[in-house]
Amino acid sequence: MMTMNAPKNKLHPHKYSLWIAMASITMMFIGFTSAYVVKRSQANWLAFELPAIFYVSTVLILLSSLTIYLAGRQFKARNMSAYKQLITLTALLGLGFVVCQFIGFADLKSNGLPLSSTVSASFIYVIVGAHVLHVLGGVAVLMVMFVRAFRTRIRTYSTIPIEVASTYWHFVGGLWIYLLIFFSLAR
Amino acid sequence: MSNEATLHSQESLHHGHDDHGHGHDGHDHHHEETFISKYVFSMDHKMIAKQFLITGIIWAIIGAFFSVLFRLQLGFPDATFPWLESILGHWAEGGRITPEAYYALVTMHGTILVFFVLTAGLSGTFSNLLIPLQVGARDMASPFMNMLSYWFFFTASLVMMSSLFVQTGPASGGWTSYPPLSALGDASIGSKIGMDLWLISMALFVVSSLLGSLNYISTILNMRTKGMSMTKMPLTIWSFLFTAVLGVLSFPVLLSGFVLLLFDRHGGTSFYLSELFVQGKVLPNEGGSAILYQHLFWFLGHPEVYIIILPAMGMVSEILAVNSRKPIFGYLAMVGSMFAITVLAFLVWAHHMFVTGLNPFLGAFFVLLTLLIAVPSAIKVFNWITTIWRGNIRFTPASLFSIGFVSTFISGGLTGIWLGNSAIDIHLHDTYFVIAHFHIVMGVSAFFGMFAGVYHWFPKMYGRYMNQTLGFIHFWITLVGAYLIFWPMHYQGMAGMPRRYFDYSNWASFNQFEGLNAFISFVVIIVFATQLLFVFNFFYSIFKGRKLTTTNPWAATTLEWTTPINPGHGNWPGEIPEVHRWAYDYSKDGKDFIPQTVPVSPDESGH
Repeated sequence: MMTMNAPKNKLHPHKYSLWIAMASITMMFIGFTSAYVVKRSQANWLAFELPAIFYVSTVLILLSSLTIYLAGRQFKARNMSAYKQLITLTALLGLGFVVCQFIGFADLKSNGLPLSSTVSASFIYVIVGAHVLHVLGGVAVLMVMFVRAFRTRIRTYSTIPIEVASTYWHFVGGLWIYLLIFFSLAR
Repeated sequence: MSNEATLHSQESLHHGHDDHGHGHDGHDHHHEETFISKYVFSMDHKMIAKQFLITGIIWAIIGAFFSVLFRLQLGFPDATFPWLESILGHWAEGGRITPEAYYALVTMHGTILVFFVLTAGLSGTFSNLLIPLQVGARDMASPFMNMLSYWFFFTASLVMMSSLFVQTGPASGGWTSYPPLSALGDASIGSKIGMDLWLISMALFVVSSLLGSLNYISTILNMRTKGMSMTKMPLTIWSFLFTAVLGVLSFPVLLSGFVLLLFDRHGGTSFYLSELFVQGKVLPNEGGSAILYQHLFWFLGHPEVYIIILPAMGMVSEILAVNSRKPIFGYLAMVGSMFAITVLAFLVWAHHMFVTGLNPFLGAFFVLLTLLIAVPSAIKVFNWITTIWRGNIRFTPASLFSIGFVSTFISGGLTGIWLGNSAIDIHLHDTYFVIAHFHIVMGVSAFFGMFAGVYHWFPKMYGRYMNQTLGFIHFWITLVGAYLIFWPMHYQGMAGMPRRYFDYSNWASFNQFEGLNAFISFVVIIVFATQLLFVFNFFYSIFKGRKLTTTNPWAATTLEWTTPINPGHGNWPGEIPEVHRWAYDYSKDGKDFIPQTVPVSPDESGH
């Protein structure tokens, strides 16, 4: 048989691309955090407590991981109204996370640690900020999927988009846990 | 939405094993192509490859012309060229390039050639063209992302181009853009808006490169045709795979370095800045480290040289085997050595930093790891030579450039062993010796690989041949010229002549090189003119070149030559051929070559 015959057990190319993209994003944050480690071992390093609201945002992003997991299950069960509610909830939790991070920035600033103060604080702003951008990217994806779920003319039954979005969402959540542990240990 | 279409076509590719599914993807889908969707916002990997190539050629002309301009200054420091003032205005008052313009030209020459030509122009062109064609896929894993990759590159190009025209000029702190010079607008005029545009352009470039590399990897790993196991892939595909892996893992680190630099420039942070005086003023920044940037930069910067050279290596391997009518010598050793280079690429970055005050004990490890790269490199050189050894060599422009590649890779690689030693590097760092080393091993070699690739796959791109006589002239002048330009620089470097200086006439010790400098500049002009001959040949042949009469002009075994002379979007009009053997069955069992699509017969000798 002279046909193209992709084995069924292979990952979908989009999922594969996502894994590579996640490796790439991870490298960026490894770059940031190793810069942090290098700087920390040098003189003039000022340690301080992380804003407490960062723990609230942690809870939010963990919850959102749960909701997107449930959304995927509802999609597979063709339970579209529950699916729509759950991805909306996920996006809102994501936005809540972003708001909390900005409140954290404001806390730092009011404690006399603005962006341009000590390097240890600057790192928090830049690294947390870069992570927030990645969360916002995930929120944008959820919004596109939300709009698609309302279309009546074209119906998509492929589970690939929700699976890709869900994997990415768990990834940015995990990335935040890593950063939080990193900041707590390497202060 | 285009992405929607992509998703659907992927679905049909994956689940549709019947002929109908393929017909849909290859044909019906792309019937109503307009000029815009075919030539501008194209999602066909072959068109995107051409877009990368032609954009790369335009950048190469600009970047090379800049080197001609600054070589005029280096070769003839006392002469005036009134025509310079008419093109550069106040940057060349009285027909002599100003120091600021000189640094801007040097910086842009490096940036353009390293990133825009030898990364985007080389791997962007050939990964796009060859990956789907040689692994047997209709297109990339995500044609839409592939299109985005080109348009991010195009936008990066526009931003970089615009920086050439701002009042304070483009970035001029060297292609590495080390802070604090690059972080402080007051430190140099090139560190004002030009530097911001440089950083924005490079950030866009990183995005383009990541989007491209993502696609290359998932296409190679996921979308190979039936029978195309990893060990049946041509070496070109292996090299593109390793290149993309390097890009995906190292460019993000560069991006993080750039982000911190942007914050130092505009956010008032002190990541890289500490205890500085600029124009008699004390800066408030404290606690930063300029060396930190160097670590982040070279963590990309070193893999970057392999991003540049690996695709050239892959193409040279393929072209040498085809044109020697012999199987590649040591296929698995070639793959293994490329893998070794990929791994080592991440472990040697600090050899660019031996004189930054790096702990000598740490330096010793980097020396060892750096010298280890000589092993896989030597394996590759040995295998190229044994591939053409006693072969029935056809001297086409492509095979000549491939042989030239091996030559320059050897002579440039050997000086790498010198520079990789931290003790010798104390004397040689930042001299013309370094310039000579990396221009031969990375610049000239990668260009030779690129030229070889263009001459060899031009028939696949445009259905016509390039003019062979012009190709021979191009090759010989370029080969001889490249050696004449860069060989003497080794002597200048050993004498201690530092790089990046505007004028050496104040140093009695370098006066002996006056004649040599003029000679180098003279050769540069000739070689530059010869490259224009290539550009002419390229564009002339697109429209007027000799037409192809056969689908397989080089009698090669690989899949791209089983497509029609001018393949449409989808590459194969019928089903995608199945692969039964590796890509290097040349001169086997009395046959000149056996294409990959021919099943292995029972009485065939093993390989």
